[in-house]
Amino acid sequence: MSEVRDEWPLYEIFVRGKRGLNHVHVGSLHAADDEMALRHARDVYTRRNEGVSIWAVRSDQIAASSPDEKDPLFAPAGDKVYRHPTFYDIPDDVPHM
Amino acid sequence: MAGHETDHEAVYDEALLGGDATHWAFGTSFEDPLAGVDTTVPADVDPAELASYCLMLGDDALVYSHRLSEWCSRAPDLEEDIALANIALDLLGQARLLLARAAASDPGAVPVLPEGSPVPPEDALAFFRGDHEFRSTRLVEGRDGDFAVTVARLLLFSTWRLALLERLRESRDPVLAAIAAKGVKEVTYHRDYAGRWFLTLARGTEESRSRLLAALPDVWAFHDELFISHEIERAMAAAGVGVDPGDVADEVGVVLDEVLSVSGVDRPEVPQVGPVARGRGRDGRHTEELSHLLAEMQSVARAHPLGRW
Repeated sequence: MSEVRDEWPLYEIFVRGKRGLNHVHVGSLHAADDEMALRHARDVYTRRNEGVSIWAVRSDQIAASSPDEKDPLFAPAGDKVYRHPTFYDIPDDVPHM
Repeated sequence: MAGHETDHEAVYDEALLGGDATHWAFGTSFEDPLAGVDTTVPADVDPAELASYCLMLGDDALVYSHRLSEWCSRAPDLEEDIALANIALDLLGQARLLLARAAASDPGAVPVLPEGSPVPPEDALAFFRGDHEFRSTRLVEGRDGDFAVTVARLLLFSTWRLALLERLRESRDPVLAAIAAKGVKEVTYHRDYAGRWFLTLARGTEESRSRLLAALPDVWAFHDELFISHEIERAMAAAGVGVDPGDVADEVGVVLDEVLSVSGVDRPEVPQVGPVARGRGRDGRHTEELSHLLAEMQSVARAHPLGRW
């Protein structure tokens, strides 16, 4: 028998729901290639009528920030409340806010 | 199989979401495949024949659904486990609609249960008929055991069923046409799934290829039966209600040859399983495997004919 990989590569799955505006991370799964990842995602994450579009991306292709960098990256934004447009009244008929 | 799918929306809307589902993007807006469909049997169609025909297509789906469901928690991977369960559920849904159509068309075909039994007619047909009353083709009742057998059987079954359902969309029975329209989308995916795995196993490792080649003869021994038409099928085809399986043999062959060719596998030439007492699956003649399958599938329902589920 030729060499068999222990496990297929990991993929991160993003699904856009019927009423959703953007793809949302729903979880991860294993697949041998991109095509299989899309089909596995269809089977695992859209079986309750959740989705109309799927993105699958190899987990090792994602650049992620490290928890060690949390303070320098995110703490400076913590006290700058004036960056939020919180002083406006949003009219009732403005959607997706 | 009891019919509660119309309650799904209510569960999501009320129980989970406090009555407001509009902000929730996932898992809502389920559709009833028979919404707005005229359920009257066309005047010139024999209701008993229509019922028998619905049982044939419905039993194929029901029996095979049960076989596929045996993979639950046993498939090679979690992802395949769910994929096979999804396929089984699609077929169970088709079976339920088809058995319900059979019951509506000919109530006399439904087994009689004790007074007060809450069992709906399609469940009575599924769980209270004997093996000789099942009209499923014999391909669907065999035990798989190996994933390669499942792939080979699913390829053969879904290619054949897709060809039938594609034509059945034009049925003069509006209910059958609607069931077929729903089923075509489902079985298209099943065939895609089987075809991809067939190619993957055939051109994968030596191990996977040898398992697939070992699986083919047992499955292919039921190939010819798929295209032998029963008199009910011929009558329904002549009435513009059903499909004569003999008419789809060529197009099914083209698809199968394509998959076999890209997979580098010769078309199996194996002796076909012959008739038993001059009958085949459509006549209620089955292999022993069906009796074992039904014994397990029906035991709980039969022990509690007054049970509520």
